[in-house]
Amino acid sequence: MPNQNSNFNKKANFNWLLKMAIRDGRASKKKLILFMASIVLGIAAVVSIQSFSNNLKDNIALQSKSLMGADYRIDMDNEPNERVQSIMDSLGSPDSEEISFASMAAFPGKKGTKLVRVRGIKGDFPLYGEMETEPVAAARNYLQNETALVDATLMLQLGIEVGDKIKIGEVTLPIGGSLKSVPGSAAIFSSIAPPVIIPHKFIEKTGLVQVGSRIGYNYYFKAEPSLNFEKFEEKIDPILDANDADLDTHKSTSERLGRRYENFGKFLNLVAFIALLLGCIGIASAIHIYIKEKLRSVAVLKCLGASRKQTFFIYLIQIAIIGLIGGIIGTSLGLVLQQLFPLILQDILPVNVEISFDLRTIFMGILLGILMSVLFALYPLMGTLYVSPLQALRVINNDGSKSTTAGILVLLGIFLFIFLFAFWLLEDWKYSVFFVLGIIITFSLLAGVANLFMKMIRKYFPSSWGFISRQSLLNLFRPQNQTLILVLAIGIGTFLISTLYFTKDLLLAQASLEEQAKSPNMILLDVQSEQQEQVAATIQANQFPVLENIPIVTMGVESLKGRSVNDIREDSTSTVNGWILQHEFRTTYRDSLIDSEVLEQGEWIGNKPANGPIPISVSDNFAKDAEVSIGDEVSFNVQGVLLNTVVGSVRTVDWSRMQLNFSVVFPSGVLEDAPQFRVLTTKVKDETGSAELQQALVSKFPNVTIIDLRQVLSLIEKILSKISWLINFIAFFSILTGIIVLIGAVRTSKYQRIRESVLLRTLGAKSDQILKILALEYFYLGFIGAFSGIILSLISSQLLGYFVFETSFIPSLIPFLILLPGIIILVMSIGLSNSLGVIKSPPLVVLRKELQ
Amino acid sequence: MAKILNIQNLKKSYSSGSKQLTVLENISFDIEENETFAIVGPSGSGKTTLLGLCAGLDQADSGSVELCGTLINDLSEDQRALLRNEKVGFVFQDFQLIPTLTALENVAVPLELRGDKSATKVGKELLEKVGLGDRFDHYPSQLSGGEQQRVALARAFSTKPDILFADEPTGNLDEETGKRVVELLMELNADSGTTLVIVTHDMELAKKTQRILRLKGGRVLETINA
Repeated sequence: MPNQNSNFNKKANFNWLLKMAIRDGRASKKKLILFMASIVLGIAAVVSIQSFSNNLKDNIALQSKSLMGADYRIDMDNEPNERVQSIMDSLGSPDSEEISFASMAAFPGKKGTKLVRVRGIKGDFPLYGEMETEPVAAARNYLQNETALVDATLMLQLGIEVGDKIKIGEVTLPIGGSLKSVPGSAAIFSSIAPPVIIPHKFIEKTGLVQVGSRIGYNYYFKAEPSLNFEKFEEKIDPILDANDADLDTHKSTSERLGRRYENFGKFLNLVAFIALLLGCIGIASAIHIYIKEKLRSVAVLKCLGASRKQTFFIYLIQIAIIGLIGGIIGTSLGLVLQQLFPLILQDILPVNVEISFDLRTIFMGILLGILMSVLFALYPLMGTLYVSPLQALRVINNDGSKSTTAGILVLLGIFLFIFLFAFWLLEDWKYSVFFVLGIIITFSLLAGVANLFMKMIRKYFPSSWGFISRQSLLNLFRPQNQTLILVLAIGIGTFLISTLYFTKDLLLAQASLEEQAKSPNMILLDVQSEQQEQVAATIQANQFPVLENIPIVTMGVESLKGRSVNDIREDSTSTVNGWILQHEFRTTYRDSLIDSEVLEQGEWIGNKPANGPIPISVSDNFAKDAEVSIGDEVSFNVQGVLLNTVVGSVRTVDWSRMQLNFSVVFPSGVLEDAPQFRVLTTKVKDETGSAELQQALVSKFPNVTIIDLRQVLSLIEKILSKISWLINFIAFFSILTGIIVLIGAVRTSKYQRIRESVLLRTLGAKSDQILKILALEYFYLGFIGAFSGIILSLISSQLLGYFVFETSFIPSLIPFLILLPGIIILVMSIGLSNSLGVIKSPPLVVLRKELQ
Repeated sequence: MAKILNIQNLKKSYSSGSKQLTVLENISFDIEENETFAIVGPSGSGKTTLLGLCAGLDQADSGSVELCGTLINDLSEDQRALLRNEKVGFVFQDFQLIPTLTALENVAVPLELRGDKSATKVGKELLEKVGLGDRFDHYPSQLSGGEQQRVALARAFSTKPDILFADEPTGNLDEETGKRVVELLMELNADSGTTLVIVTHDMELAKKTQRILRLKGGRVLETINA
């Protein structure tokens, strides 16, 4: 008996298997290139996103000091108390100080006013990185020359030049330079209140630092190089917290920032991964047909003495090589594509991203290419193991002899791999399980639709239809038909794209509430009580209504359920959320609920009762975070005066509405005499009306801050359009992959179609009849795929709207009107263009050519 | 002379629907080294099934097959593959060249499977010998039927097998080409001293061998000396 182990391993070793894989692949080049293309696109999508995310994260970490402009910063909403001051002294005094607030700015001699963020600076800010100004020297000289640096875009908008003047409150300063960038601010977010930098000593003189004004105090420090930031933060932060101050180190800030962008990157990466999965399903289906064609060669090889393992490995190696090459090409393409992202996204990114080639991502891309193609090819490849050498002598049918256990194992392997990839990205097993389940459900639903459709046609076959319609329907069940895979490919691509549109609808539906008739579109903040009547008169003089006049009283929580805030802070077992204890609450008083509020528990009491404690209404998130419920005592410190209240009701508040909402609302008759300021809202007609009103208000009431909500909305739209560009980009990859799968599927069944067409033509069918049969067949496929994709996305968007955005939406018709016919036409044209040559040539020529 | 193939009481049946269809029954014969042997019979008499069993491509229901001194009944598929690679050569009716390999690569594969470094050299020599010295890099689809069968012959003799099984080697060729292929087969066989087993329904071809076994309805009708 031959000794199998000793001989086989020695004889035809790996090199021979590799040689055979390459030889065989060389002759099947055309077929393999198509498989490869599906891998290339999927990998390119994943790699471009992953590499860009990594680059962004690295850049944020690298530029963390210049992002903050310091090693660490201590900030607070009030002037530092003694304790904070002594801590800062012990840290060696800040190297730079800043007071900042939002205010209206006017430009004497010029038209136009604008809400700006005034930053009064003392010292060498930024301690790291630099402010970019034009002229360059302005950043160095503005303190000495007592000039202001004004946001470059703002200057351009209003036609202001260096040398012009800016008026902030009571202070007028010459403009020393235009400010192109300040450490730590992304261009797009400063478009609502662009920065204006002035010397610190003028802050007091503006007269804008008053009770009730929202002022930020920042102290910037340089640290010893040896400082351990984590330990430092652990030690200092709790003490600062207890004194209403906060410590941010450059490290924690950049990590936080990095995480925020990383999350978005992960979401995109999952979308890209779906494109890759789609390609893999295409591979599995194509390999299935490919291997079927190879079974005879496998039988011959076995006759010549090749073992089961050897024949299996020849094709496994071949697939792995395709995966490797696809991985390399896809990774390279992805690395090139990511260069586009900074160009598109620069406004919403906090740092200048310098793209470098990240070895981790390159490795991941290539590995992913090999793993995905091998995993998805395994099941069809197992067919080679069960081929009898007898097949070389005669045709025997040994289909279905594959091991069920092995099939289940491969399937489990695929799901495990998808789970692990998702887990690697999301670092959360629950989300990863949901992702895998989501994929299984989506794919099963689409597969279910395809199967149901085929069953329905079989059951209710329209025998009365004409020959062409019947024949095209029959083609959907032909042996080795690709109906399922095509419906999946088309369905997933459509699903992704239309979900994108619906989600955009959802987001915009939320943001555009202000367009409703009575909603205000301009908010006036910081109106002092004694100014309210004159401000209201100014608004009305400009022919606009005063929609709301809301009193605001600021206060902090003093005790909860009888326990003082300090007690709770020191109790390490307390689970009361920190912000409740620190936050300076802006509260209001009124006698009724407004339309963004719904009473959830308790009873709404609009007026202060004659006796007993003051019943207040808190928002549901306040109740949850402060751990209070109806009847619990809460006392507030209203600028030195203690106010005891009980929770009378809990409201749910729709915070997403662009209007003023409150965590704490008092009944009328309590706070009327407390120090307070007012917020007035109005609705302006157009751009000119808005500008005129702003100008009138700023000249009379320099302390009043005006927010034009239309600007906020256009900002949201701008950000959304940038983000949706990215999502579109990835969805585009899914569609492209879908197209390749489609071409692959059409090609695979080409020979069969040709034989049928030729047979039909020989029997007397005209070219246009055959063309109609094919066109109808692709029409059915395109329609079922695209329609089920859109319906699925409609369902998922409704669920998203209900659970995530908490809003109902009216889906736009774009997916139905443009996407559905667009995809059907695409499917038909790809299908037909691949068959056109066949239809045009005479039957004999085709037969000879194809049979060669 | 030593026996290279010894068949005893061979039985083979297939299930056809719910029925069991007996294809071969009670087959016993042996072939000696260097002998040329033909198995003849009408279509459906079980010729190809018998060839498959003799060469270890399939397993019998009962009975024994001793090939080149090895009882192959109990060997695994891979062990039989190894035995085929070391001792057995094949020529098929429809040539069975691997379509994705060139003529030269097709001839070299069996030797490469043995890990033989001279595979390409031997392949070239054999192709020259069968008159295809100028067609090394042609794919099977670029060769005529006769040329393909000549490549198949070169492949069959490349490993200098102890025994060569030929299944209707001229079945897919016209008369003229078929004749030339048979001449070449006999010539190569004589040169290498291989035992030759031909399955055919062509009595002309069968008569060129030393012994003929006639099958009918899955049973041995007679064994005659040609």
